[in-house]
Amino acid sequence: MSSSRTRAVWKIMKYTVLIIGAAICILPLLWQIRSSLMPMEDIFKLPLIIFPKSLELKNYADVFVLAPFARYYLNTIFVVIVNIIGAVVSNVCIAYALARLDFRGRKLMFSLSIGTMMLPASVQLIPLFLEWKWLGGINTLYPLTVPAFFGNAFFIFLLVQFFRTLPRDYDEAAIIDGAGYPQIIRKVIIPLARPAIAVVVIFQFLFSWNDFMGPLLFINDSRLYTLSVGLRSFLSTFYTPWPALMAAATLTVIPLIILFFLAQRHFIAGLTMGGLKG
Amino acid sequence: MKSTRRGVISKRQTRWGWILIMPLTLGLSIWVVFPMGLSLVTSLTHWDMISPPTFVGLQNYIRLFSGDELFLRSVKVTLYYTVLSVPLQLATAFFVSMLLNSDVKGLGIFRTIYYLPSLIPIVVTSIMWLWLYNEQYGLLNAMFSGLGLGKVGWISNPKLVIPSLVAMSIWGVGNVVVIFLAGLQGIPLSLIEAVKIDGGNAYHAFRHVTLPLMSPVILYNMIVSIIKSLQLFTEPYIMTGGGPVNSSLSFVLNIYNNAFKYSKMGEANALAWMLFLLTLILSVVIFKTSAKWTFYGGDR
Repeated sequence: MSSSRTRAVWKIMKYTVLIIGAAICILPLLWQIRSSLMPMEDIFKLPLIIFPKSLELKNYADVFVLAPFARYYLNTIFVVIVNIIGAVVSNVCIAYALARLDFRGRKLMFSLSIGTMMLPASVQLIPLFLEWKWLGGINTLYPLTVPAFFGNAFFIFLLVQFFRTLPRDYDEAAIIDGAGYPQIIRKVIIPLARPAIAVVVIFQFLFSWNDFMGPLLFINDSRLYTLSVGLRSFLSTFYTPWPALMAAATLTVIPLIILFFLAQRHFIAGLTMGGLKG
Repeated sequence: MKSTRRGVISKRQTRWGWILIMPLTLGLSIWVVFPMGLSLVTSLTHWDMISPPTFVGLQNYIRLFSGDELFLRSVKVTLYYTVLSVPLQLATAFFVSMLLNSDVKGLGIFRTIYYLPSLIPIVVTSIMWLWLYNEQYGLLNAMFSGLGLGKVGWISNPKLVIPSLVAMSIWGVGNVVVIFLAGLQGIPLSLIEAVKIDGGNAYHAFRHVTLPLMSPVILYNMIVSIIKSLQLFTEPYIMTGGGPVNSSLSFVLNIYNNAFKYSKMGEANALAWMLFLLTLILSVVIFKTSAKWTFYGGDR
């Protein structure tokens, strides 16, 4: 009797904690949306108005007037697409060779690649800035796109792990049929590796969409801004248009949330592949 | 006959192997080795990026350790942030994942909600929290004054700014929750039941089954979050600019300021190399000591 009561109490406590936690996760997002739907004078009234009295959708239109936000959007989409193409092409080829072909130096190259995962991106940024300055690439989109074609340690690791789980029979049969390696990658590996490639696509989307330091360092010209640095340009010491900024932030997040709900299981797969098999 | 055929295959594999990993080989040289070398050379100079660099030897490094106040401050700020945020992040994420793993209705919904914040770009998170922390019109102080408490200067008080940034980082810890949860779901129930049959309670099961089996996952998340914390930049850059009175001047923000605010490229590169060494040493230390507390099953 009493043990079933303690169990009930325990259950109530568990759900209470989980629901409070969930509320903490969501509240900041809701507050952002709330602030994006209110006129400027209303968000600066005390005591605070919690719920917008009317929906001020004009803020969302203002975003495109106050800054070339459509341009930021297009730049970001361009950078994201090129990065995804580069990441898929380069990492599938590299990972196939590292997982399947037997050649001298394979292990060394794999370890070197894994080693770069330990190299923090921000440590490399100043050196990369120097290099791009030297190459004349500052204020172009090259620094944000070209490196994607040279492989990424995290994706290589992930794909190698995945390729090792694929049965070798298919590629061996293809070799006996006289197929070359590029053909095997295209006709055998890519169709079999769809789930892992989906993870690469999604995480590259996330990395490129969210990248802030890259565009901050390499781009001064506001016509080349991506969303992340574009958002930052709304902030000003003298006058920050908070409702429009909140609307812009919401517009930046929406594609990510849509992507997440479309491909939720790939997100989970990608996260756990890195963490559990490491 | 057979051996020559093998020879042909292995020659072909070697050739194609190196062709296919060409991007990696080039990438390591162009995007890692060359820039790091360029950075090392630059760190031995004074260079404002306008007039040509002058060679000064180790002077930039020596100056850092002979009482460069901003450097010391940035090291302190970064370590304080790391020491506070990493354990809190891991503990929170572990706690939440344990709760979610205990036969919860609506698990999928909870997992989605908890993951959501870590999906938000760091710039948006910073702007969102800048607004939440706003002293006059922010939600947090509205809730505080609703409770009859005074207004708090979340990021304008030098003593509170780092804890406030830590709180923000805990908000975005959902990806760690997902990783822990997947690990917990992989623990065979039979092991937990075996403890109970032997007369153990929930604590014993946690201490002798869950914790040892989860230790490699904890190690992974620990290293990832330490490296991430040491790189703290975007939040202070956007929210405080390193202030008030440099109380949130992180290591990377100091690098950035040296390079782009004070035009001291030599100093900035010396700092980048120091951060590289610091990260390397910390990772090695954790890896070496982790052998004592991580458990990889019998076969490793």
